[in-house]
Amino acid sequence: MKEPTIVGFLCNWCSYEGADRAGDAHLECPANIRTVRVMCSGRVEPEFVLQAFREGASGVLILGCHPGDCHYKKGNYKARRRISLLRKTLGQFGIEPERVKLDWVAAGEGERFARVANEMAGTIRKLGPLDLS
Amino acid sequence: MAKPKVAFYWCASCGGCEEAVVDLAEDILTVVAAVDIVFWPVALDFKRKDVEAMKDGSIAVSFINGAVRTGEQEEMVKLLTKKSGLVVAFGSCSHLGGIPGLASFWDRDAIFERAYKGVPSVRNPEGIYPQQKTVIGGVELELPEFHDTVRTLDQVVDVDYYLPGCAPPPDLIMSAITAILEGKLPVKGSVLAPDKALCDTCPRKDSKPDKLSIRAIRRPHEIIADPNKCFLEEGIICLGPATRTGCGERCINANMPCRGCFGPPKGSLDQGAKMISALGSMLGVEDEDKATEEEVESLVNQVDDPAGLFYMFSLPASLLRRKRMG
Amino acid sequence: MAKRITIDPITRLEGHGKIEIFLDDKGDVSKAYFQVPELRGFEKFSEGRMAEEMARITPKICGVCPTAHHMASGKALDDLFKVAPPPAARKIRELINSAFMAEDHTLHFFFLGGPDFIVGPQAPAADRNILGVIRKVGLDAAKQVIDIRKKLRNVITKQGGRVIHPVCNLPGGVSRGVTKEDRQEYIQTGKDAVEFAGFALKAFEDVVLKNKEYVDVIVGDIYKHETYYMGLVDENNKVNFYDGDIRVVDPEGREFVKFKAQDYLDHIEEHVEPWSYIKFPYLKAVGWKGFVDGKGSGVYRVAPLARLNASDGMATPLAQAECEKMYDVLGGKPVHNTLAYHWARLIELLYAAERFLELAQDEEILDPNVRTIPTAVPDEGIGVVEAPRGTLYHHYKTNGKGIITEVNLLVATLNNSAAICMSIERAAKALIKGGNVSDGLLNMVEMAFRAYDPCLACATHSLPGQMPLEVNIRDPEGDVVETLRRG
Repeated sequence: MKEPTIVGFLCNWCSYEGADRAGDAHLECPANIRTVRVMCSGRVEPEFVLQAFREGASGVLILGCHPGDCHYKKGNYKARRRISLLRKTLGQFGIEPERVKLDWVAAGEGERFARVANEMAGTIRKLGPLDLS
Repeated sequence: MAKPKVAFYWCASCGGCEEAVVDLAEDILTVVAAVDIVFWPVALDFKRKDVEAMKDGSIAVSFINGAVRTGEQEEMVKLLTKKSGLVVAFGSCSHLGGIPGLASFWDRDAIFERAYKGVPSVRNPEGIYPQQKTVIGGVELELPEFHDTVRTLDQVVDVDYYLPGCAPPPDLIMSAITAILEGKLPVKGSVLAPDKALCDTCPRKDSKPDKLSIRAIRRPHEIIADPNKCFLEEGIICLGPATRTGCGERCINANMPCRGCFGPPKGSLDQGAKMISALGSMLGVEDEDKATEEEVESLVNQVDDPAGLFYMFSLPASLLRRKRMG
Repeated sequence: MAKRITIDPITRLEGHGKIEIFLDDKGDVSKAYFQVPELRGFEKFSEGRMAEEMARITPKICGVCPTAHHMASGKALDDLFKVAPPPAARKIRELINSAFMAEDHTLHFFFLGGPDFIVGPQAPAADRNILGVIRKVGLDAAKQVIDIRKKLRNVITKQGGRVIHPVCNLPGGVSRGVTKEDRQEYIQTGKDAVEFAGFALKAFEDVVLKNKEYVDVIVGDIYKHETYYMGLVDENNKVNFYDGDIRVVDPEGREFVKFKAQDYLDHIEEHVEPWSYIKFPYLKAVGWKGFVDGKGSGVYRVAPLARLNASDGMATPLAQAECEKMYDVLGGKPVHNTLAYHWARLIELLYAAERFLELAQDEEILDPNVRTIPTAVPDEGIGVVEAPRGTLYHHYKTNGKGIITEVNLLVATLNNSAAICMSIERAAKALIKGGNVSDGLLNMVEMAFRAYDPCLACATHSLPGQMPLEVNIRDPEGDVVETLRRG
């Protein structure tokens, strides 16, 4: 059965690197995550998440630098509040907040990337595909 | 030369947009002298047959207000579009869905259940609901189909221009009509109001601190808002950052925060998402580097009914369109 | 051979309305149905909203009487949060409400219902509109009408932020006080409004009351129902648009019941029919007996004539004098003639103007203290005002955080829905005989409907002014055998 699609927004300075490391180390990572590189997790507009759902994604994973390590200093703090507010709003739309996850992965954390990504894939598999029709 | 033909029509509407035209007062006489109003159910000959008999494209402009939520409204707007050169979505409801759009957090069954069975004043032991067809005493009566989802005008027909607002202010209406009569319209699909956000023209903008940080959310009745300060600075949620300007800040001038009736500014696909982004940036900026996850959650949880507030006028136009029913 | 006549649409209704008339074998009317083909669902989609936003949301029920909803909502919110607005705030709200009643009644009389009388129910269609009115009463008069409406609406704009969907009401008060400069303007507007109301009543007297033909139509049988009447009254049983208790009198004019807004559910119930989206309120104690009038039927009426019938008169002197005059002419209380609504409406216009002036002249209206901050935990609130078109009930329930869990609304015209059906059927039955359908029918049936000034009254733009009506007469196979068209 086709796995539901997850869109992953990875920040250029930390999590994208981390994903690369996971790949180099041949760690098992979910194949249904489509990655999009952004400069900062703070760049991820709530609109991107909704657009992803609209276009067929069943989950959205946003990975940024650990708090305190943001390349732009404060981007990930804003991301934290935005995504939290977005999740609360999604609940009112009948969309499970777990379908959107914001987490932190450093450049060197290949294993952490794999773990977080696999966990997300598991969550979405359990929730099932998001049917917006 | 023959005067251009103009039509007005209303879907799921409160009539405020019709009143807005009336409020043009003396200015309306200039308009009336320049055009030939051929169709206006509220005032003139509303006959579907007459519209059907018109040549396609023979109506220069049709101004349509109200959201689309019944079968009859859908048929009428499709018919009018066929017969019109230009279609203008007039007012929040046709532009974005408007207040009636809030019904898309529910569906037909939920709405009927509440109205015809649930409210404490109704006495309906047989559970009668209005029907599309009723046979009574040997005759058949019809009512239009009630849809589950409220739609914007452009989700049903091709719309040329949007005149935003609940209701659009008189000066914006006059500018739009003048532009149409003089053939000086912007690119198709434009919203006939400035492209900037409300904050840009707000009379309180100079009072905004360089860094706006909301420490605690206040609902409008919980404090007395300082008429010279930005609402957000005092913790009262105002949709200005996510709303197009052009309304003259009528609500702000009454010392009440903006609720977004003009829709999102140019470039934004989803007004609610825009507001989430803006508010997220402003909440607890001070000490944001020291805040724990729990503190962040607690701050965010102070926002009551984000979906209803941020999408108050724009739910049908939003990316998600409606609530996903289980 | 039974026939069916469809009048679609009827205008001057928020949204759309249609009338279906059925003829029996003799060609007389057996039944008529007034159908409202629209519903938006405010009673459901308000759930989950922050309670104070209801004052921003509920005016969108109607763009012609948004102020009425804004007032009812403000009062319901005060009740919900158990908070009393400071005296100045209460007066400001009543000031705005009075301005609104005055301008809205003006709109209806001169542009909508009035032409039937000012010009005449049998006058050519082309004359039954504002142009005909201008011809009869003069261009200057028309300018006065536009001008006074503009001034009154300006008050609402200044205090309410905007006139279409005002925003100033909050639980516990209003968002803006009255400045000294504005108040001077309001006093002048009040004086102008009182003078204008006098002019309107004089016009009614000269054009309508002195014309026997019109008076016959008013007092005739075609437009008459002996129903109960409901309206808000103050402690002296005088008409009040903003506050008071709800009083109901029976068809003989005796007080049937007087209750507080909070107890409305003990007295009113709504009936549902499958052929209309609108519900039909009736008096619980009497019961729903169908679309019939009389003491045994729970059908009641609201709005100008009903308010005057349900009260012991008007609280201001000039309006009281006019009120007494009306009852003298029409044979005492209660008056059952539906067309007298137009007269009652003008009397109310005068009261609204006088009351507006009283409030503007009240020193307390300048008090800058216009807000009381609520401290109690909200749970349930009911607010009732008189809208131009009838008694308006807002009922909200919330959780402890003030998030709406339930809403019930009984909206003005709704209270008249059964009576409107009855009036239309009665007019149709009286006018259509032996299968003869004439142009006169169209206007006379509309007059039955129009007297109630149903929710959307925006045919102001009847500049070329005709009522768009088409009557299709079908044979039993449903084919159209004749079409009558007007407008």
